[in-house]
Amino acid sequence: MTLPRIKQSIKQLFAYKSALAGLTIILILIIISIYTIFAIPYSRATELWRAGEQHWLDNPRNAMPSWINIFSFKKLPETIVLNTEKPQSGVSKAIIPVAEKFSKIKIEFSFNYEYDDFPSEINLFFKSNFNTSAPQLTIHWVKPDGKDIILNTILVSKDDRYYMSSDDKLARSLRNMISREINSTINYNVPVTILLFAREDDTICNVDTARVMKGNYRLWIDGIVFETNVNLDVKLVVYGKVYGWAGTDHLRRDLGIALLWGTPIALSFGVTASVSIALIQMFIGAVSAWFRRSVDALIQRITEVFMVLPFLPILIMISTLYSFNIWVLLLIIIGLTIFGGGVKNYRAMFLQIRELPYVEAARAYGASNLRIIFYYLIPKVLPTIIPSMVLSVADFVFLEAALAILGLGDPLAPTWGKIIDDAYTNGALYKGLYYWVLEPSIMLAATSLSFAMLGFALDKIFNPKLKEM
Amino acid sequence: MISKIAKYMLKRGIILFVTVIIAVYLTIIIANMGGYVDEIVKNELYLSISQSVRQNPAYKHLNDTQIRALIDAIYENSLKTIGFDKPFAYRSFIYLKDALSLNLGRALFLSSDSGSRSVRIIILERLPNTVLLFTTTQLILFFIGLFAGLFLSRRYGSIPDKISVLLAPLSSLPGWFYGIFLIIIFASFLRLLPYGGMVDVPPPTDRLAYALSVLKHMILPILSWLTAYSFINIYVRRTFFLMFSSEDYVELAKAKGLPESLIQRRYILRPTLPPIITDFSLTLISSWMGAIITERVFNWPGIGSLFYTASVIFDTPVLVGLVVIYAYMLATTVFALEIVYAILDPRIRAGGT
Repeated sequence: MTLPRIKQSIKQLFAYKSALAGLTIILILIIISIYTIFAIPYSRATELWRAGEQHWLDNPRNAMPSWINIFSFKKLPETIVLNTEKPQSGVSKAIIPVAEKFSKIKIEFSFNYEYDDFPSEINLFFKSNFNTSAPQLTIHWVKPDGKDIILNTILVSKDDRYYMSSDDKLARSLRNMISREINSTINYNVPVTILLFAREDDTICNVDTARVMKGNYRLWIDGIVFETNVNLDVKLVVYGKVYGWAGTDHLRRDLGIALLWGTPIALSFGVTASVSIALIQMFIGAVSAWFRRSVDALIQRITEVFMVLPFLPILIMISTLYSFNIWVLLLIIIGLTIFGGGVKNYRAMFLQIRELPYVEAARAYGASNLRIIFYYLIPKVLPTIIPSMVLSVADFVFLEAALAILGLGDPLAPTWGKIIDDAYTNGALYKGLYYWVLEPSIMLAATSLSFAMLGFALDKIFNPKLKEM
Repeated sequence: MISKIAKYMLKRGIILFVTVIIAVYLTIIIANMGGYVDEIVKNELYLSISQSVRQNPAYKHLNDTQIRALIDAIYENSLKTIGFDKPFAYRSFIYLKDALSLNLGRALFLSSDSGSRSVRIIILERLPNTVLLFTTTQLILFFIGLFAGLFLSRRYGSIPDKISVLLAPLSSLPGWFYGIFLIIIFASFLRLLPYGGMVDVPPPTDRLAYALSVLKHMILPILSWLTAYSFINIYVRRTFFLMFSSEDYVELAKAKGLPESLIQRRYILRPTLPPIITDFSLTLISSWMGAIITERVFNWPGIGSLFYTASVIFDTPVLVGLVVIYAYMLATTVFALEIVYAILDPRIRAGGT
């Protein structure tokens, strides 16, 4: 293809609005990919994605993306993290040596809670460096109305945690206390989060009517330790129901990482697969058509064998046997499809071209077979296959997603299909966690639609017979 | 002339059969991981034998070496009975012979709902479900594509035609993907239709109620495929008819003043029907292999989900059985189509290739 012709094609392309839209989306996806590759290196991304719950302990579970708050009247809570290791307003810590072998600890967290929904969990984490005697801590809770409740008295080990929201004993005692105060019994299994944050009137008797008591909350810890030079750090995490721009999954992971990294993976996977398969199929088709006779017959028989083999089942079989990374998977997909039905189409095209006079001329001056194939046959067909190449990118992007949904993808790579698979196996659709499925789906749809729109427009440009239609 | 056709058919038949043989043999090698599955089977056999021997009170008096000798002896014997004493390369040909003669044997792990281990029964139990769902889908798709394509090719350039061209890229998203959205809308949000499965749990005892329940479960999967593939089908058919309607003989018919419907039937549909029918029958056959992901998304108990389960637990006989049946169906269809065309096509009748 000569330069002016390329220029002309590009000019034609811009005349199609759908092609322009497709190109814009592809450009955005490429920018996202470049940003991702530099901002979160792949090794770090896979590490974060596989880090397990320990790493993500400060994140809420199954939280929706934060921007949901813009669209809803009910403001969902963000996560509040207060840590004595990181001085900030609302945190105070004092360890006072009182006598020779005896220190008093006072730690206080205070925060404003102005949301319309209850937190999802509340946890306390302790870090202490005592030698023999563990600190004994009394945990107080002060609601905005000023009422001070003692939640628990505990002995903490050096690295300890207190999952307040899953403490059934605490839930029972709080429930009894509030029931007495409002003079009516709470009949449902009310979680600690509601008991700690709800208005204490009749509304609390039903999970649907319970309202948040907005205002300034305080959690303070009064402790003693029978040692001097002891340090104690406490972290309070009030888990919200929204997180980041993408939300979190069942393992508290930030979905943003997989959404971002899914982009370069999907693009490179789709483009590599479609381009290399089309080129190899074309080469095989050219060889088959050029040499004829036994070479042709052999290639045609191999193609027929591959047409009889069901592609996806064979691919599934191979990927269950070996769980390999995404690039080996790509190689296997290429290997399974290079003898696909496309070879027959290309062969038919080349059979016509090989009879053209200029090919005959080339043969007459003694051009080698390879020269004829690469310089005379393939360039003639190349432009006509560009549209289908672009169109099939979408297929391979979805193939990767499909394999991930079957649990057969790369176990390490954070991809869109992985998110859908996680969401599916954890019943996101039953639980109404739509964002979990919708976010990766929208990315998948945008990617394949953009390539499809571009491909259809290219088809009209390169196959003029279609353009008239 | 008959002998020419017969000779041609014989040649094609042999080529197709050899193709099937090679494809099935490749599947046997892949499904057995080149013999690795044997090791799994052997280990399990050894384990179960040694357990049963050690727990058998009749052998309590034997000492350890005697017990071990006994286990080995029983193990060797059972290997022989299941034919595992021969090397894999040898056995792979026995598997091939069995597979080709549709002697599909017994599943390693899976069993049918009725409790049978026979691969044939397991497959036959699932096949109707897939055929029911996907034949219905493909038929609807076929007729939508055919009639909408004809309709639009006549009104080329009209608004509905432009819309159909505009919507064609929507088909780049696969059916199962639309399925997820339809589940969100109709099952999860509106709670109108079931999330998946084939029939209510527990299944209704009344025949009519059973059929209605199955029908209800079929709506979403069919709808998801229609959403995904209608547009591209219409687009392809429309373009195809358009190309044919600019042929000289169509122009001539128009010039002669023949009625529009006659032109459509006789001058456009008749010459285009053979490739359309070929396309449809091949699509139909491959749809019987089940759409693995669609069946998983909708939890449809068909061939696709059977294939998936079997490949995850390495149930080789089931996998090979499925591929053999598929290869046979495909080859038979191709062969049948070739016979029909050989009889119809003057070029082949004349003895070309």
